[in-house]
Amino acid sequence: MTTRDFVQERIDSLEEREVLLDVQNLKTYYPVTGGFFKRVLGHVKAVDDISFTIRRGETLGLVGESGCGKSTTGRTILRLAKPTDGKILFNGKDITKVSGKKLQQARRDFQMVFQDPYASLNPMQMVGDIIAEPILNYEKRNKKELEKEIKALLTRVGLPEEAYYKYAHEFSGGQRQRIGIARALALNPKLIIADEPVSALDVSVQSQVLNLLKELQEEFDLTYLFIAHDLSVVKHMSDRIGVMYLGNLVEVASNKDLYREPLHPYTQALISAIPEPNTEIRKERIVLQGDVPSPQNPPTGCPFHTRCPMAMEVCSQKKPPLKEVRPGHHVACVLY
Amino acid sequence: MSANNFTAKKAPILQVKNLQTGFKIDGDYYNAVEGVSFDVDRKQIVGVVGESGCGKSVMSLSIMQLLPQGIGKIRGGEITFEGENISEFSDKKMNQIRGKDISMIFQEPMTSLNPVFTIGYQIEEVILNHEKISKKEARLRSVALLKSVGIPRAEKIVEEYPHQLSGGMRQRVMIAMAIACQPKLLIADEPTTALDVTVQAQILELLKGIQESNDMAIILITHDLGVVAEICDEVIVMYAGKIVERASVDELFNNPKHPYTDLLMKAIPKMTEDVEKLATIEGLVPSVINMPQVGCRFANRCPAAMPECLTVTPMLNDVASNHQTACLLYDSSWPEGETRQREGATIQ
Repeated sequence: MTTRDFVQERIDSLEEREVLLDVQNLKTYYPVTGGFFKRVLGHVKAVDDISFTIRRGETLGLVGESGCGKSTTGRTILRLAKPTDGKILFNGKDITKVSGKKLQQARRDFQMVFQDPYASLNPMQMVGDIIAEPILNYEKRNKKELEKEIKALLTRVGLPEEAYYKYAHEFSGGQRQRIGIARALALNPKLIIADEPVSALDVSVQSQVLNLLKELQEEFDLTYLFIAHDLSVVKHMSDRIGVMYLGNLVEVASNKDLYREPLHPYTQALISAIPEPNTEIRKERIVLQGDVPSPQNPPTGCPFHTRCPMAMEVCSQKKPPLKEVRPGHHVACVLY
Repeated sequence: MSANNFTAKKAPILQVKNLQTGFKIDGDYYNAVEGVSFDVDRKQIVGVVGESGCGKSVMSLSIMQLLPQGIGKIRGGEITFEGENISEFSDKKMNQIRGKDISMIFQEPMTSLNPVFTIGYQIEEVILNHEKISKKEARLRSVALLKSVGIPRAEKIVEEYPHQLSGGMRQRVMIAMAIACQPKLLIADEPTTALDVTVQAQILELLKGIQESNDMAIILITHDLGVVAEICDEVIVMYAGKIVERASVDELFNNPKHPYTDLLMKAIPKMTEDVEKLATIEGLVPSVINMPQVGCRFANRCPAAMPECLTVTPMLNDVASNHQTACLLYDSSWPEGETRQREGATIQ
């Protein structure tokens, strides 16, 4: 089977799956306080009204530049950040407002792999204990059995069994990320949110971790929300991709459609800006002017109009909604 | 690259010969850069790629003599800039060159500017250090420089402080400082790593533009092969403190020889290709302390390794015009390598 057939087959099989995560009009605002009484002076609109769904077994990639709200989106879904408005439906259940015991129960099904493998592991804990902790949060377990189980898990993510008795500082970045992945897998979750899991790693190690994530998805029937700033990495990992800009989702499309035919001017610029390791392709480059505006004071209308090479007058007046312009291809731009 | 062949006949602007830079660990020196030799021609952009810890930054700091004092030391070799061996220069003499003839931009635009001085002051400091002009003239120069690197409202920005600028803008300020005295050689150490792709595209375009208008040579240190393909003329691939391959950019990307280079290229996900599985390089870079003294340093991770790789140290050898690699498979003094190649000892 060629890669192309494989990809097509995967897309077909995914379309029949049920929706696992349904995010509706999600908003996350962080208050900006100041002065003696810590008055609220304004809000950073980190995530400003976004909606998307992920089917079971699918990988949705979120890309965007720093400060576009992609990490906040991930954190809000895990309820690590408080949603200001909107709904998060996980497996049909509304988890936006649950708290306490119920939230803890819900969290069992979604785990996170963090960006920085150096900061996300407790240096005082043995690797075995790091991985056991999430399990012991939910169940009482026989110590011997648990140890066996964790060792099997360590082997599965490509670490030796002895890793169980070691501490995080004894491992390299790539190995630490494997520990982080093992910890996320420990509870057999349905959804894994991977927030820039490879951006701190070297190229050769990056490919090991990406391959591992793909294998595990197949094996454990995992659903991924894959957050990264590197478009080529996201393209490699995802079935569908959402492009974020300044807290908004500006385009959502299947992997193939997005790269073959990006519709939003921002997506076009983003793709053209990637330097390709190939001297034969000298691309026509769209170089954007200026910087991303502050999310505390986003421009009115389309968030991208201040840098858009195709901006028109209407763009500064009305924010275009995310519309399905072709089957499975959503874009938020007045051009379509 | 016909223009390069033409300029190559002149003496290179920078010649590094058998450079060895060591770091003191527990009283002993260990070499982070081991016998690195290369030339940089005038107006040439040379890319140095490699993964973290391969010695690419240490090499650039050695050229600038900015190694941490008492810890890092050039232990051998020569660095010839415009015909003079600068590796033996005193601090005072080096200060006359640094910032004037050779300058450097760093990876972190956030930490490499001084937060308590204005942007204008920091640029003028460079100019006033090297040239006898008045403060007023220096101010005018710095405004013009900021304009030339594409900073809007340059007259206002000179009065502002680094924290008031975004990452991309700070990197532009760094570039303005670096080119303030029209250096002949610019060393850019991961200049775009901390930036977003759209801003990276702006900065690369800017660097290329300045290189052309100022007739400057650039050593671009990066881990991103995409960036190298984009703007470099020549590429040096480093691994564990040594050069494993050197070639013109087209040659390297179309015809990589060293197994490490080849795997590195196959390990990156690409926009133009769909692959189910990426190539990986198993194992880890040996640590500086346990570096094998003989043999190829990549041997323990190399899928094409032969028993001889552990005992014979490969030298940089010509494999094509303007293309050298240090691998026994391509070593003419090791005739068996060729046979092995034919037998398919190369990588899958």
